Amino acid sequence: MPKRTDIQSILIIGSGPIVIGQACEFDYSGTQACRVLKEEGYRVILANSNPATIMTDPSFADATYVEPLDLSILEKIIEKEQPDAVLPTLGGQTGLNLAMELAEAGVLDKHGVDLIGADAEAIETAEDREKFKVAMTEIGLDCARSSIAHTMDEAMTAIEEVGLPVIIRPAYILGGRGTGIAETMEEYGRMAKYGLDASPISEILIEESIKGWKEYELEVMRDRADNCVIICSIENLDPMGVHTGDSITVAPAQTLTDVEYQKMRDGSFACIRRVGVETGGSNVQWAVDPKTGRQIVIEMNPRVSRSSALASKATGFPIAKIAAKLAIGYTLDEIPNDITEKTPASFEPSIDYVVTKIPRWAFEKFPGTSGVLGTSMQSVGEVMAIGRTFPESMQKALRSLEQGRYGLNADPGEQALDDIPTEELMKMAAIGTPDRPFQLEALLRRGVSIDEVFEATAVDPWFLDQMSMITEERAHLETLSLDTITKRGWKRAKQLGFSDPQLAYLWGTTEVEVRAARLAAGVVTTFKTVDTCAAEFEATTPYHYSTYEDTDEVRDGEREKVIILGSGPNRIGQGIEFDYCCVHASFSLRDAGYETIMVNCNPETVSTDYDTSDRLYFEPLTYEDVMDIIEREQPKGVIVSLGGQTPLKLADQLPKDLVLGTSPESIDLAEDREQWNALCARLEIPQPAGGTAVDIDQALEITGKIGYPALVRPSYVLGGRAMEIVYDDDHLRRAMAELAGFGSLGKEGGLSAERPVLVDRFLEDATEVDVDALRDHTGDSVIGAVMEHVEEAGVHSGDSACSIPPTSLAADTIAVIEEYTLQIAEALEVKGLINVQYAVKGNQVFVIEANPRASRTVPFVAKATGVPLAKVASRIMVGATLAELRDEGLMCERVEGDHVAIKEAVLPFNRFPEADAVLGPEMRSTGEVMGIDLTAGLAFVKSQLAAGLRLPTDGMVFLSLADRDKDVGIEAARIFTDLGFTLAATSGTAAAIRAAGVNVAVEVAKIGDHEGENAVDLIERGDVKLVVNSPRGRGPRADGDHIRSAAGLESVPLLTTGKAALAAAKGLRDWKAHRLAVRSLQEYHAGVGTDALVASGSDA
Amino acid sequence: MTIREYQLVLADGEVFEGEGIGAELGTNEFAAGEVVFNTVLSGYQEVITDPSYAGQIITFTYPHIGNYGVNAADDESSRPFCRGVIIRDLARRQSSWRSEEHLDDFLRRHGLAGIAGADTRRLTRHIRDSGAMPGAFGPADHETLLAAAQAEAGTAGVDLVGLVTTKHAYTVGNGPRKIVAYDFGVKTTMLRYLGELGTVTVVPAHTTADEVMAMNPDGVFLSNGPGDPEQAGPIVDELPKMLGKVPIFGICLGHQVLSLALGGTTYKMKFGHHGGNVPVRDSRTGKVEITAQNHNFAVEAGSVPNVTETHVCLNDDALEGLVHNDYPAFSVQYHPEAGPGPHDSTYLFEEFAELMDRFDGKAA
Repeated sequence: MPKRTDIQSILIIGSGPIVIGQACEFDYSGTQACRVLKEEGYRVILANSNPATIMTDPSFADATYVEPLDLSILEKIIEKEQPDAVLPTLGGQTGLNLAMELAEAGVLDKHGVDLIGADAEAIETAEDREKFKVAMTEIGLDCARSSIAHTMDEAMTAIEEVGLPVIIRPAYILGGRGTGIAETMEEYGRMAKYGLDASPISEILIEESIKGWKEYELEVMRDRADNCVIICSIENLDPMGVHTGDSITVAPAQTLTDVEYQKMRDGSFACIRRVGVETGGSNVQWAVDPKTGRQIVIEMNPRVSRSSALASKATGFPIAKIAAKLAIGYTLDEIPNDITEKTPASFEPSIDYVVTKIPRWAFEKFPGTSGVLGTSMQSVGEVMAIGRTFPESMQKALRSLEQGRYGLNADPGEQALDDIPTEELMKMAAIGTPDRPFQLEALLRRGVSIDEVFEATAVDPWFLDQMSMITEERAHLETLSLDTITKRGWKRAKQLGFSDPQLAYLWGTTEVEVRAARLAAGVVTTFKTVDTCAAEFEATTPYHYSTYEDTDEVRDGEREKVIILGSGPNRIGQGIEFDYCCVHASFSLRDAGYETIMVNCNPETVSTDYDTSDRLYFEPLTYEDVMDIIEREQPKGVIVSLGGQTPLKLADQLPKDLVLGTSPESIDLAEDREQWNALCARLEIPQPAGGTAVDIDQALEITGKIGYPALVRPSYVLGGRAMEIVYDDDHLRRAMAELAGFGSLGKEGGLSAERPVLVDRFLEDATEVDVDALRDHTGDSVIGAVMEHVEEAGVHSGDSACSIPPTSLAADTIAVIEEYTLQIAEALEVKGLINVQYAVKGNQVFVIEANPRASRTVPFVAKATGVPLAKVASRIMVGATLAELRDEGLMCERVEGDHVAIKEAVLPFNRFPEADAVLGPEMRSTGEVMGIDLTAGLAFVKSQLAAGLRLPTDGMVFLSLADRDKDVGIEAARIFTDLGFTLAATSGTAAAIRAAGVNVAVEVAKIGDHEGENAVDLIERGDVKLVVNSPRGRGPRADGDHIRSAAGLESVPLLTTGKAALAAAKGLRDWKAHRLAVRSLQEYHAGVGTDALVASGSDA
Repeated sequence: MTIREYQLVLADGEVFEGEGIGAELGTNEFAAGEVVFNTVLSGYQEVITDPSYAGQIITFTYPHIGNYGVNAADDESSRPFCRGVIIRDLARRQSSWRSEEHLDDFLRRHGLAGIAGADTRRLTRHIRDSGAMPGAFGPADHETLLAAAQAEAGTAGVDLVGLVTTKHAYTVGNGPRKIVAYDFGVKTTMLRYLGELGTVTVVPAHTTADEVMAMNPDGVFLSNGPGDPEQAGPIVDELPKMLGKVPIFGICLGHQVLSLALGGTTYKMKFGHHGGNVPVRDSRTGKVEITAQNHNFAVEAGSVPNVTETHVCLNDDALEGLVHNDYPAFSVQYHPEAGPGPHDSTYLFEEFAELMDRFDGKAA
């Protein structure tokens, strides 16, 4: 069937900010969809609030709306753009839910918009658990015994039918939030209530627990002609009980006989047909009883999912791209397979390697969380690795995680388990945690039998046996040395995935020695190809992975090569923003005639799409793996400064002449405190007083001089890892002790003589400012943007809202900041991007730090100003000058003056109910959104709405402010009352507000006082529409803690700084006067004009 | 356990190193045959026991083989007829509630040798580029293996059917119709499907048309089988005597001999189709089926007179199925019974049933 010609324009709904359970895999799928639909000649309209995404680059759509993903806003976009169709299946759960809301609200009917891909009924059948179960039973598929409840009474009846243990799942939630397993009635009561609260429609499913069963997923595609294919089967190493997003998963399925696999395949087709997903990709999850083989269908996603991204990367079959083509009417047999070019997409990929995905968690950032994996997803990122066998692939995946591990143990990290008695270790391994693989290996190494380990953990014996091959090889290797190992021995170790650092650890030597000996023995990496067909047909797409076999398949190109090192797994502090930079570099260098080579190990990203670069290596970002590629490719250079800390950390070890852009010496200079201080002194740029310390005595000496509060932070880390503001000696001692301990932090840059801790005077109440700038090798430089943070210094820049242009800084202060930035860029001889952070106190500008690399804000700046910083920077790194790039048209003028763009952080506190929802110097946000409009107030309102915080337009505002926040708080309070809000406050805050002549209607008692009503009572009763609660330094914070968690539980909007409250108040004031109008980036970049504000009218 | 160091040598001199698995080969022994590759991700047991592989050495492209062991229910015949297996990694421990035996024990029990640890991807690419070719593997020295490989006849022009066909007729199934199934190397799963349609008398490949027609069948089935259709025995001459008199359904080799009997021609493919993921379009409906395939020979498209070509392979446009325009006879090149492979094409057995029920003794 040819494509549809009855539609001309299509709206794609993106997935918004990166949150746990919904990460950059939807940037990957959305970007693919935009590309395909544009190529096919449709007018593409994109709505996505996330400025860090690649899809929101204005070149990917005809009209790009970086606007809140909210029903009211989407309705405005539809009114304005009048699209013929909405494609809801490529924007994750957010896109799907919004499409449902649009359908239910009648917006689609009103404007004659088609839902393509999946219709509302199909979405509902898949998403509504009761309907899904009925549908599956109807077609003869087995489901777990279950019951639905909407109230606690119903829940109590249900449990009698289903019987303990049960799993509780709230309806309409993503990533499994609020789900859990109850084994006792007490647990059941508590979890049922939490689940009912978490579900937006107050519905939970109570289901027979199949914990310990084997878990599988099949990725299905279907076209309009009802052709169905399976793209990939996935088997989880972690048995049922751990959310699939938190499980180690392996492709293809390993332990299903063909009879069982085909039964599952038939069932998956029956499922997609019954649910009614007309075209596109879906995934069907299955559980298999290991004792009887009984197969139970768990759930299906009627859309492209995280697993689809994994399946695409695992097989080379681009699910999202094909799904987009199917949605516009093509059938599978009409679409060619890109990789073979000769065969059609209507086939099932066969692979001849094993793929392992391992999630990455961030528990260390959320003190108080248990770190135990369950049915609610908690990981923030993932890695994938490809090997010819499972042991190789698993070891590669473990070293890809960048958590200081060299593979499956055989590294210093393994010693942490040494002192744990076997019995206890067994109990630990029975519970899913990030450490489980290492515990399993340790048990096997201690000689515990596979059967015993299986009995305790339910991890399939096949996987355990494969791991024990690693264990046995290790024991063998320990009897050898660099001098005695044979060529065959080398090869066998490498084929089992042993890294050079593991061998160095086992042999008590260095990685460099091991590498030299290995290469001397002639044992070199061979690169094989991911080709969708297990080599049956010739592949034209160069997508490679390393292994140790007989022959290498990489074909040499003819152009000059540039290797771009990606950013590895998403983590807090390093995510999609850096993938954006790497992808832009690849596009830009490809356009300039270079052969671009991408190296990365994150399956969620656009960078690991095989057609982003001329060549893709899906490999860990370690010295060994990167050097193997460099030696194979012999590039002109390697870009290390666009992928965050991951590649930057390698800069020192790579051949110096290959590092493109700013030199490793300059990178070090900016990190090395002594040299950096000298540089600032030479340039006469003020810094907060401070020093460096390798132990507590030195630290105390520094604070003795500079006083408290002081900011303590390790060098060479991103995302403010372990950064802390300390208020006294005891506090400083605690912070230093934590830094000295081993753990992920030790590796990430804890305390050591080479990497000392920085101790600086903390400037309270200062305004923090971020600047991104570019400089070329001739010394020409330009400011990308000056960003003013909404929250004061002390809140990590990644967690703070920030604004382009600055909203409160004086013009001469901005001029000073710009001047300093260019001076620093010059002094560091930057070639490419630099980010400098400042604190402004009064009119005085202090420089905090400079990073001669791409920063997290690069994509935000590009969206706000229209200047493609990353593209320009990558060209500068290979020798172009700004002047040349201006002539070429790549470097353009900033668009500014008419609009304000505000970036807001999105935090995962709803996933970690135990953690306090307060901002601090350690970054904890997973993603960001952008609000853009003609006034700072409107942009702020949009940014909050986009971040999921719908500011109230009337009702009661509750305030409880730290002393330092009282001035701004009073200003905010005044505006709130002017706007018609009533105020409630704690006694101290109320007194301050009243003293300023502003009325406070309700004054509440301290929590724990028996007299009178307290804040929590007020919030729980639903009287409060907005909570403003700023923590008081490090003082007693019990009250604040209770207030914040009450706000979280009752879903009342919460602001935790005075400045954010003021910004909100001003925003509400603007909103009262003006409508929240929607405009595309393309319109903003063309210049909107101030008349637009008047023209947009008012919502009120 | 000591490692048995083996070499695989192809007729063109290409060498692959690995270690011996399965049945022991003595110092100067080897296994020889035509080396082909199969791309299935699951179903190694069914592939190894498929009689169509007689005379061949099977390379599995998926690296982990033996993961779920072996069980009696999944055998496609009483024993393997292939000459050997080449794999990347033999699972040391199998895991499945269905497993009854370790794959290595199974290979030993059937006297089948194998080689593991070889770079099977390099081998696959070599066969893809140079074509399926004879090879020999074992502990013997390079010269011996090379000579053995070059001496190996391959599959063209060799009677392999005689090796695998049943010696005596037997009956399976209890369905309502009477079906005679020619066994050129029939797979158990095929008979299971037929057995649901009728009571099936499985007859040796050399059975004459008179003998078959004397049984007064409702339908005649032509099974899959190994090797060159031109060497499949007297069937090509016998078939014309049955055409028009009884509904006929052929699969794989059965499809090829039917085509030959109808006046078509067959040819040997470069490396054939061996896998469970081959897209075939049914030109009558436009629908695409993912099929299981296993053949090195094919029927020349356009060569068979007076038929409608109903199925085509979307990867390379190879002819995959046809229906005779006058006689109640049809055939497909691929394996609708799967075993191993997808179940997309089982409708063909229903079509056979309908054809039998519709047939009134006269050609259309």
